[in-house]
Amino acid sequence: MQTVLELQALTKDFPTHRAVNGVSFSLAHGEFFSLVGPSGCGKTTTLRLIAGFEEPTSGQLLLDGQSVEGLPAYKRDVSTVFQNYALFPHLTVAKNVAFGLERRGGLASAEITEKVARALALVHLTGKEARLPNQISGGERQRVALARSLVLEPKVLLLDEPLSALDAKLRKEMRQELKALQRRIGIAFLFVTHDQEEALSLSDRVAIMNGGRLEQLGTPQEVYRTPKTRFVAEFLGNVNWLGGAGVRPEAIRVSRNASSGGRAAVVEGQTFLGNCVHLATKLAADGSLCTVEMAQQECHFQTGEAVYLSWEAADEFRTP
Amino acid sequence: MKLRTLFLTPGAMVMLSLFFLPLLIVLAYSFLSRGPYGGVVLPWSWESYARIIDPLYFAILWRSTWIAAVATSICLVLAFPLALYIARASERKTLLLNLVMLPFWTSFLIRTYAWMFLLRDTGLINTALQSLHLIREPLPLLFNTGAVILGLVYGYLPFMVLPLYATLEKLDPALLDAAADLGASPAVAVWRVVVPISRPGMIAGCLLVFIPCLGAYLTPDLMGGGKTVMIGNLVQNQFTTSRDWPFGAAISLLLMGMVLLVMRALGDKGEELL
Repeated sequence: MQTVLELQALTKDFPTHRAVNGVSFSLAHGEFFSLVGPSGCGKTTTLRLIAGFEEPTSGQLLLDGQSVEGLPAYKRDVSTVFQNYALFPHLTVAKNVAFGLERRGGLASAEITEKVARALALVHLTGKEARLPNQISGGERQRVALARSLVLEPKVLLLDEPLSALDAKLRKEMRQELKALQRRIGIAFLFVTHDQEEALSLSDRVAIMNGGRLEQLGTPQEVYRTPKTRFVAEFLGNVNWLGGAGVRPEAIRVSRNASSGGRAAVVEGQTFLGNCVHLATKLAADGSLCTVEMAQQECHFQTGEAVYLSWEAADEFRTP
Repeated sequence: MKLRTLFLTPGAMVMLSLFFLPLLIVLAYSFLSRGPYGGVVLPWSWESYARIIDPLYFAILWRSTWIAAVATSICLVLAFPLALYIARASERKTLLLNLVMLPFWTSFLIRTYAWMFLLRDTGLINTALQSLHLIREPLPLLFNTGAVILGLVYGYLPFMVLPLYATLEKLDPALLDAAADLGASPAVAVWRVVVPISRPGMIAGCLLVFIPCLGAYLTPDLMGGGKTVMIGNLVQNQFTTSRDWPFGAAISLLLMGMVLLVMRALGDKGEELL
């Protein structure tokens, strides 16, 4: 795969702290790449460095193999979808989408109109051209922001928590739509989010950041199933730490039968979570607590009952 | 009595006794005849209004309007970058705003005299230029229309800065990032995004500057040296030297009518944007 964007030991210092600390990774053409981490981990600053809103303290940024050092944001061939969309409130939907094309110059107005119409059709907003941003819904605003960036056919589309301002149901719908859109147009997406579920479900590859550093990079399966650090393991989901090894709650099987070869434990209680149940157990051997995730229908265990826990060796991971 | 009504009463009383009644008196004066030593006498008459059509007075009206318009435009051009700078300053915002309002700490009259001290033939600027042998004769800096405009711009600049600042301060900084992201250089971003969004603030500032400038009398009187007569001076003259109160009252009401027209014109546009 050909690389479109490459970060080499990118570092950004603010007066009070180092926001981004030696981050390196590269994006392939057409890749859906997520940068995920808790708030303050440096993911948004990394995005702003790529967009050109901030200058790195040290390190290199290559776009299609060319350094973009010193190149102001308005000359970089990347585009950003902002967290709150940052649509121009005084311009109609069509004018918002045309804004970037008009800045380029050399385009006939008929050509601009046609490109805008195509971009709006792509995000299913045909018919809303004449509306102002405050006359459309949150989900529609999100699409305008996408169309406004995509119409420029940037080398990389940067998305800064684009779904976080939407309500839960719409967020899930837009997630699917975003993925489908990215596949269709084939532009590399760099998606920043604090929501690990979003990152895992959308991405070709995920990079987990913590404290300005890149903790791990890999496919969603890799980072979830074989996290390299304790932080990554715990950030991406629930973990039971049993004698130095980590096991995900859903990887554990529970049996009443000692012949299953599992570890002896006692049921301490259960929590109903809607789509599943969390069974709290205590291992007989060392008294450590272990949570098991299972479907409601399978959960027929009583508090105080003796059970046996087992899991595949492949589902166990070790971190330093 | 309801509490709401009670709360309204003090303000309503003040407006009624100190604004509405005097205005009625002015209106009545304008339809009366001139008394021999000032004041007004019967009979009722339209004459004061008929006299306004005189080209002499029309010239004064026109001059007042364009001087006020020029002063307002200069204020807008000077205040916009200043207000934008203050709004975008992360620290020292309060200090900068206080500096804008600092001139209000002392009387406008004293500040106008200070300007005269600077600008007159034997003033600081001319003396300095002469002692540096840059000029032989003093420059005519005072007692002309330019000096009046300078005085008005100086006096009313804060009234333009403050409403502009209030609008620009609310501007989402992400919009500037977005403009840059879409290929707009900083200057284009200001022109295409900041200026249109801050139009309500501009309209408010323009009204706050244009209206007092149109009726100004102190600045043209002192800095214009009585040579640049504006409506305010004309009104003042009628009530003092000319002792023609009905005519003074009629011009005052005409001035008020002009202000109302300007507010209507700008106000409608302002509402469209909101």
